[in-house]
Parts: sequence; C-alpha cells; structure tokens
Amino acid sequence: MELIFFYLIALVAIGSGFLVIRCQSPVNSALGLVNTFFCLAIFYVMLHAPFMAAIQIMVYAGAIMVLILFVIMLLNLGTEARKRYTHGVVWSAIASLLVLFNVMYFIKRGRVTGAEGDITSFTVESVGHTELIGKALFTEFLLPFEIASILLLVAIVGAVVLAKKEV
Amino acid sequence: MITVYHYMTVAAILFAMGTYGVLTRRNAIVIFMCIELMLNSVNLTFISLSSHLQNMDGQVFVLFVMAVAAAEAGVGLALIIAFYRNRDSIDVDNINLMKL
Repeated sequence: MELIFFYLIALVAIGSGFLVIRCQSPVNSALGLVNTFFCLAIFYVMLHAPFMAAIQIMVYAGAIMVLILFVIMLLNLGTEARKRYTHGVVWSAIASLLVLFNVMYFIKRGRVTGAEGDITSFTVESVGHTELIGKALFTEFLLPFEIASILLLVAIVGAVVLAKKEV
Repeated sequence: MITVYHYMTVAAILFAMGTYGVLTRRNAIVIFMCIELMLNSVNLTFISLSSHLQNMDGQVFVLFVMAVAAAEAGVGLALIIAFYRNRDSIDVDNINLMKL
C-alpha cells in the first residue's frame, strides 16, 4: 500500500517536473514547479521529517515561488518570448541522459554506508522533529548558521543595489 | 517496502530533468526554476540518506541549502530585472556581451 502511494507521488512529481521543462509559458512552468515542491514535501513526511516538509512548503512553495511569479508578472513577457523557446535539444538530451546514467549506475552498484546515528523514527515521534533540528542547529552547527545569516544580509543588499534604476 | 534507493532514483530523475531544462530553455526565469528543481532533488537525496542512516546532519544541511537558494533567488531575479531594463528581453541568447 505504501509502495503504491510512493509510486503515485513519484509519478506526479516527475510529471510536474516534465511540465516545468516543457511548458511554453513561464507561468505554467511555475505552477508545475509548485506541484513538484508539494510532492517533495509529501516525501519528507514519509521520511519522518515533518519540520522539513513544513519548511519546504513555507519557504519554497510560499516565498520563492511567489517571488518568481511576481517577477514573471512584472516583466509581462508577451508573445515574442513564445516563438522559439528551446535551443540545442539533441545535445542537451544526450548530456542529461549521461548525467542520469552516471547517477543511476552509482545507485544500482553502490551500497549506502556512513556514520550511523541513533535517531530512529521512534525518537522523532517521542522527542519531536523540530526540537532535534534545533538542538543540532544551535550547538553543533552554530558557526554555519551565523554564516548563513551573513549570506542572507549580503543577498538583500545585493538585490537592492542590482535592481535600482541606475546601477 | 520503500528503500532509500527508491528515493534516490526519483531524485536522480528530477536532477537529470533539471539539467535538461537548464541546457535547453531560452527564458532566463525558466532556467532559474530548473535550477531550483535540481536543488530540490539534492535536498531529497540529503533527507532520504539522513533518514536511512538515522543521523540528523543531513537535514541540518538541507536548511543551509534552502538559505542559499533563497539568497540565490533574490540576487538572480534582481539580475534578470536589471538585464530586462537594458535589453527589453530575458532571452539568454541575447546575453553575449559583458558591457551594456
């Protein structure tokens, strides 16, 4: 039952990804991308990471996609963008199939190993996923967290400077 | 039974589709959305491996990937707007000069 559900969601995710790369209108591509983000959020719930699913919907499907849709509406791309919307299809298909073949080769032939922790799905349900993430973020990963805040500050200043009338 | 390899296969397919979109599309905003698709497939790999290894580090890394994606969205869209002001188009085939 769970496997059937997984295949259904995977099919929807890949179909929406296909819409993203094939739709002529950028708005349709953006809606397909939102659909893909929701499917990935369902995957995160199935992987016992509910906080990540919430962040995925709020940050990606909420903030970033609204920003992208806003820019699409702001630029108001008319019919001239629709005449010819792809280039180099054959070589790009070969390159992306090569990427897919490489990754699938490693997935099929390799075995997943690594430093195993002690956070099982039972721990996530009893302690709470947000608390576990918060503890890891504010103790072990404190320096990267601060650096990320500086990165966001730089991005804000850069966006304001770049989008001004006279650069 | 769903294994970690199922999730990684889905992520690999999404990543390859994002690569195809980046290489073929001419609209800069759609290229940008394909980059977001690739970032999300990497996030799915991180979370599936983190869940498989019962280790929290991968999910914390996904938070940082999301922060970088948000910064990239702000700066990238500002660049697209600046380019549209100068050329009245966001076709990447028109981006062939560094100066205005």
